[in-house]
Amino acid sequence: MSEDLLEIDDIYKIYMLSGGVLQSKRSLKAVDGVSFTVAKGSVLGLVGESGCGKSTLAKIILGLESPTRGEIRLSGQPITSISQRRRARRIQPIFQDPYASLNPRKTIYQIIGLPLSVHGIGTAKEQEKKVVEMMAVVGLPRRVRYNYPSQLSGGQRQRVAIARALIMRPEIVICDEPTSALDVSVQSQILNLLIDLRRELDLTYIVISHDLAVVEHLVSEVAVMYLGRIVEQAPTADLFEKPLHPYTTALLTSVLTPDPELGLPETHLGITYPNPIDPPSGCTFHPRCPKATERCKVEIPQPTIKGDRLVECHFPNE
Amino acid sequence: MSKLLEVNDLSIDLPVPAGTLRAVRNVSFAVDKGETLALVGESGCGKSLTALSLMDLLPRAAKRRARIFRFDDLDLMALGERKMTDIRGRRMSMIFQEPMTSLNPCYTIGNQLEEALLRHQTVSRKQARERAVFLLDKVGITAAGSRLKQYPHQLSGGLRQRIMISMALMCGPSLIIADEPTTALDVTIQAQILALLSSLQDEFEMGMIMITHDLGVVSRVADQVAVMYCGEIIETGSTKALFADPLHPYTKGLLDCIPVPGRTRRGAHLSSIPGTVPTPIGELTGCVFRNRCPEVTAACSEGLIETRNFGENRSCRCLLMQV
Repeated sequence: MSEDLLEIDDIYKIYMLSGGVLQSKRSLKAVDGVSFTVAKGSVLGLVGESGCGKSTLAKIILGLESPTRGEIRLSGQPITSISQRRRARRIQPIFQDPYASLNPRKTIYQIIGLPLSVHGIGTAKEQEKKVVEMMAVVGLPRRVRYNYPSQLSGGQRQRVAIARALIMRPEIVICDEPTSALDVSVQSQILNLLIDLRRELDLTYIVISHDLAVVEHLVSEVAVMYLGRIVEQAPTADLFEKPLHPYTTALLTSVLTPDPELGLPETHLGITYPNPIDPPSGCTFHPRCPKATERCKVEIPQPTIKGDRLVECHFPNE
Repeated sequence: MSKLLEVNDLSIDLPVPAGTLRAVRNVSFAVDKGETLALVGESGCGKSLTALSLMDLLPRAAKRRARIFRFDDLDLMALGERKMTDIRGRRMSMIFQEPMTSLNPCYTIGNQLEEALLRHQTVSRKQARERAVFLLDKVGITAAGSRLKQYPHQLSGGLRQRIMISMALMCGPSLIIADEPTTALDVTIQAQILALLSSLQDEFEMGMIMITHDLGVVSRVADQVAVMYCGEIIETGSTKALFADPLHPYTKGLLDCIPVPGRTRRGAHLSSIPGTVPTPIGELTGCVFRNRCPEVTAACSEGLIETRNFGENRSCRCLLMQV
């Protein structure tokens, strides 16, 4: 096995919310005890509905939020002992919406080159050379260098975001919904680019997405999150072939592949996504689970590990 | 029997600083009672403008022209603003993409639901409230009575979209226009909302125009599909026929772009459509897709490409298709 580049060890993130003038503060567990490791060169996918804590987890890994409890290690070194600057050279994000994540008043050249000047790398000449090289790598024509984001198409903007993330030659790239703001024909271009770049630059990706088709295509291992916890984790092929957790089954059924024969799936999920401030007792998934029993309402399931798969359910699919 | 909605040669022009943007050109389609037509295309293809033109909600500067623009027994082109206001929300209504931005944050759900009915019909507030509760119940919202007092921010995205749907149904319209009704929602909720829409459609015998860029959604809910590209409908057909045997190179390209678990090989290159959509300003000749088409010929840049029929409800705007 290759070395573990990133280790997430029992991370908690609890936000305290004010309950009103006379009420006590309430806590919201956004991330509720998550552990996993990411091997060098692998692609981990984090999937789940909105509010399941996947983006909070990404922010914690990026150092934009600090965990309430738990530790993250990068190549075995606690990440808190690495300065924010050093960390930024090794972990970089690509955000969802290239319309919102690029400064509209900076030119493309300034946007892609900013990390270089922040970190004081090279002279102006060398920086320019690097930016032009990186633009070629992500497939941006050289002539758009002095354009503004508003003058580019959605796909080109996402390429700018990718170039900006990669210019520091990071080891880990966190892609938060990298294609969900894009049209289908552009989405496939960006997915192809991400696949090529990983091979060429020896990158490790953490891909956050709610689009399971994209996840299936891009990642080697999937972690399914529900209410702040990883409820199932498995190699992609295994997970798609035989999901163990009922929630994963429901997620997979809800993928709408273009096939007129199939009609609309029945996910058996009910309508209520639980309130994370007041999570259900026992297994947090039990109110929506078609297989729930009395035991699920009281007893919190513990993670069981079988081979390279993890599942957190009293009655996993056989 | 005549169709519920019939549009023939609809064009929409928008003035822009560089000239006239011919955003929609000679678009024709029809929707029957109880039938779902999907308008599919990428952003900027004119699908939303087409929908807005039906409701007469286009930007003020936009100009629409059509040979036939008929809804039920009404010629929508000839209707004045006042008459149109009577129809909008009563006989045809719209479900917008973002329930977050299309609900008014300052009014309660109940207020917003009742408004449509109070505006269009002579009913008491109590009757309007009853209708609202009835519909909230229909769309699967529990404790409907207490929801009426809530404000949009107190509800989740899925609930808000259900509110939007029940709002559109308040007056029992015969045509629903749904503009990306599930794009802002989680996948798990998406299937539920789509199932809800089609069951309501069956129950109330409504015609529906579903606007979306998601071919997966289209394949599961639509009866008829019209694929739009750069302001034109380039292919139409029944959902089954179109997905089984796409005629236009653009439709083929779109279908090939999507990763499908089990069908596309993981980590392999997906096919993509190179190039970008042209901006339709000024005089246009030839096929609008030719600069991205893998099968382009010299003839594609000349003259006007006719829409040709290939069997019932099946048409394609491409020179390469042989009858």
